[in-house]
Amino acid sequence: MRHLKKYLPLAVMALMVTAVQLLTSYTGTAYYLTQLTITAYYGLLITGLCLLMGYAGQLSLGHTGFFAIGGYVSAALTTHDLTACRNDFFITLLNHAHLLISRHDIYGEPLITVKAWPACLAAIAAALLIAFIIGIPVLKLKGHYLAMATMGFGIIIFRIVMASTYFGEADGISDVPAFTLLPGLTVSGDFSYRTQNYYIAWGLILTGMFLLINLIDSRPGRALRAIHGSPEAAEAVGINTARYKLLTFVISAAFAAVAGVFLTHFNGGIGPSEASIMKSVRYVAIIAIGGMASLWGALSMGVILNFLSLRGVFGSYDDAVFGAILVLVMLFAPNGILRLPIWRKLNFRHRDG
Amino acid sequence: MALLTIKDLNRSFGGIQAVSDVSFKVKRGTIKALIGPNGAGKTTMFNLICGNLPPTSGRISFKDQAIETLTAHRIARLGLARTFQNIKLYPGLSSLENVMLGRHSRSHTGFIAAMLNLPRARREEDDIEEKSYALLKMLNIAELADKEAVSLAFGQQRAVEMARALAAEPELLLLDEPAAGLNIYETAELAELITQIREIGITILLVEHDMSLVMRISDEIVVLNFGRKIAEGVPGTIQNNQEVIRIYLGGDD
Repeated sequence: MRHLKKYLPLAVMALMVTAVQLLTSYTGTAYYLTQLTITAYYGLLITGLCLLMGYAGQLSLGHTGFFAIGGYVSAALTTHDLTACRNDFFITLLNHAHLLISRHDIYGEPLITVKAWPACLAAIAAALLIAFIIGIPVLKLKGHYLAMATMGFGIIIFRIVMASTYFGEADGISDVPAFTLLPGLTVSGDFSYRTQNYYIAWGLILTGMFLLINLIDSRPGRALRAIHGSPEAAEAVGINTARYKLLTFVISAAFAAVAGVFLTHFNGGIGPSEASIMKSVRYVAIIAIGGMASLWGALSMGVILNFLSLRGVFGSYDDAVFGAILVLVMLFAPNGILRLPIWRKLNFRHRDG
Repeated sequence: MALLTIKDLNRSFGGIQAVSDVSFKVKRGTIKALIGPNGAGKTTMFNLICGNLPPTSGRISFKDQAIETLTAHRIARLGLARTFQNIKLYPGLSSLENVMLGRHSRSHTGFIAAMLNLPRARREEDDIEEKSYALLKMLNIAELADKEAVSLAFGQQRAVEMARALAAEPELLLLDEPAAGLNIYETAELAELITQIREIGITILLVEHDMSLVMRISDEIVVLNFGRKIAEGVPGTIQNNQEVIRIYLGGDD
């Protein structure tokens, strides 16, 4: 029973997700589901980053980079026409492996592209590989040096997608096709798929939370918290701190890349704003508001703030609002909103959280 | 047979020779003490042995294996555990979790098995918890298991740190000033505990300023001064060594 207790919040979350869907359906406000779907994908990135920042104590201001790699690679592979080079050896090889699909574009012209599944896997693999290569040197740095290096990485990705015609420069990539996960389960922004996509997105984040909840309460999870608390003492009990930091960096990059792939296919496109450095700052702010080492805090704050932002509540002051919230939290609730003494007074949260 | 052999070890920081040409051995199943005035190079010696600092020159071998070029976590995995002079417990973790971390080198669950919560990961986790709890009991601090370790009283923190080191089932245990900050009753209990640890087959090397404790429990003592070894022998010989007496009591200067 003790082992099942940690899954209780997951069950509550699944019920809430269902309740929200039913509520929007009864009240005729199902249009909220679109923003809630997008929110869930950002939430996936945020929880992965929370593992890296809150638990392993490694700050990354470059996670939009991994999100963008996932989204852009998948978008480019599923939209760029390979008709012109269909007789090239490599393309023939891909075709024989049944990795290509031929269809017609909106003007009725024939179009040969990579199928969504292999494109998605290639995109995630690209993000993992880059996280691995970047992580080895960068994670030797500490504190604000690490923040600056990861921010540099984020800026490089942003400049690459802005400059490269392959990635559509300032326009980004549009007409990204739907992504059929399984027969009857399609990631698509099309109106008729709205409810289904809401459940796909939230199912994905429930799965992500399941994995992370297991991880933080395990041997490697404890090791991460030990590295955060005292790297020297972590080494002294036999923890390979460099390896653990790197693996955590790669895992959190995977969460960001998966979020990027799914959101791009859901939106039907991706633009450079998804790779901008302000987005990274926003994710970091959300994790700080949620209380750093708190997956549920980060997720709930991420859902609330991103939803409000997507609804346009903050207007043109969007980024400014996030900046202001970050300053206020640092001043008045440095351990996050959920750890304010007021909750203890209301006896709202249980003792050991 | 020597478990740990230090040979011609040197370490300098800029122009300062913190450890120079130190050689000694720690025999299996014994308690050896490293003593000397402040700044004698004792903690540097510990950091060199544990792999936190690379030596400038010289050799360190543990279980007949050269370890002077290995990183700290690899040395720990070979069966060497330590405590720190300024206690290093992990904030945000309970006493039990701190001790459970001590079993890191004796367990295997990786990221994937942990994320999927595989049956073998669960079994190992239960085993880690059981063994760690047993250590808290042995040190009479089982009631503190769920308390955050860094919020405990000083003596209790030392006990948690000791439990964490023992959780690794080390062959060699390095204790850096284990009696610092303890009162005479706690020090007496500590002496008892260290002797017990030796009896279960763990070799001990300790740095300590409390001379009565050192003289009571040590099998052998090495004395350092300004980074050099000036004496080595059983407590009786060290107590009567003129050089040691001069350093500790001031002599003619």
